[in-house]
Amino acid sequence: MAPLIRWLTAALLLVCATQAVGDSIEIRDFDTPVMKERYRDLTGSMRCPLCENQAINDSDAPISGDMRDRVYMLLQDGQSDTEIINHMVDRFGEYILYNPRLENRTYLLWGIPLALLLAGALLVVLIVRARRSASSASLSAEERARLDALINRKRSP
Amino acid sequence: MKRRLLLFLPLIAFLGLAAFFYYRLGMDPSYRDSALIAREFPAFSTSTLDDPNRTVDESLLEGEVTLVNVWGEWCPACKQEMPQLLDLEDRGIRMVGVNYRDTRDKAHQFLDEFGDPFEVNIFDPEGDLGFDLGVYGAPETFLVDADGVIRYHHTGYIAPEDVRDVIVPEVEKWRR
Repeated sequence: MAPLIRWLTAALLLVCATQAVGDSIEIRDFDTPVMKERYRDLTGSMRCPLCENQAINDSDAPISGDMRDRVYMLLQDGQSDTEIINHMVDRFGEYILYNPRLENRTYLLWGIPLALLLAGALLVVLIVRARRSASSASLSAEERARLDALINRKRSP
Repeated sequence: MKRRLLLFLPLIAFLGLAAFFYYRLGMDPSYRDSALIAREFPAFSTSTLDDPNRTVDESLLEGEVTLVNVWGEWCPACKQEMPQLLDLEDRGIRMVGVNYRDTRDKAHQFLDEFGDPFEVNIFDPEGDLGFDLGVYGAPETFLVDADGVIRYHHTGYIAPEDVRDVIVPEVEKWRR
C-alpha cells in the first residue's frame, strides 16, 4: 500500500510541476543585469488594461503577455524608459500608469497630499504658539499667588 | 460662537467626502477614454482575410465614415454582436473588420455561420494592429471619419440598444 501511495504522490507532484512551468514561466535573455532590472521595473509599473488592478508582470491576461513582449522588444531595441512608457501610453492611455505623470490633469492629484501636509504643519505651529502664550502670560500676580496658595494647601494635608 | 462653528469643520469635510465617494460608487470603474480619439488610424500593411496576396493599408479607411470592428472566432461576445453589426450594415454604414489573433479557416467558418457585414477584413493573426489600436479584448469597435481619424471607440459588445442610441448618432455626427 505504502509504495503505491508514494508512487501516486510523486506522479501528482510531477503533473503539478510541469503544469506550473507551462503556465507561467517566460524565459527572457538580457544582455546586462541593468536591463533585467529595467524590464522588471517597467513591467511592474504598468497596469493591465483588462484586469483593473494587476501589473502586467503579474497578470495572465493575453494583453499583458503582449505588453511584456513589447517592453522586452523595445528594451532590446535600445529605447529609453521614457520612450517605452510613451509607446504604451500612446496606445493604452494614461490608465496603465500606476504613477500618473505630472501634468495639467494631475496637478490636483499630486498637489493635495502636499497641501494637506503643509496645512497640518501650519495648524501644529498655530496650536503650539497659542498654548505657549496662554500658559506663560495669562496669570496676573494676584492670580499666581492664589494658585500657589491652593497648590501648597493640597500638598500639606 | 465663532469657535463653536469651527468644531463643525470635520463634520463638513466628512460629509463632503462621503457625498463625493457615493457619487463615484455609481460609476463604471472600467470606463475610460480611449487614448486614440482624434488621432489618425495607426499605419498598417497586411493581407486581407479573403486573399493572402492582397495587401491593404490605412488608406483603406479614407473617403467615407467607417466602423472598424475587431473580432475573432474565439470571442463569444463577437457572436452575440453579429446581428447588431449586420443591422448597422443594413443602415448603410461601411463596415471593415479586423480579424484579431485568429486563423483564416476559423475566421471563415465564423463568417459562414454568423453572417458577414464586412466590406473587407484586415487579417491580424499576431495582433500587431490590435496592439497599435490599444485593443485589450475583443470585440472593440472604432469609428473612423472620412479623413482616417478615429472619432469614437466602443470597448466591448455593442448591445441592440447601443445601435440606435450610440452608434448611429455617432456615425451621423461625423458624416457631416
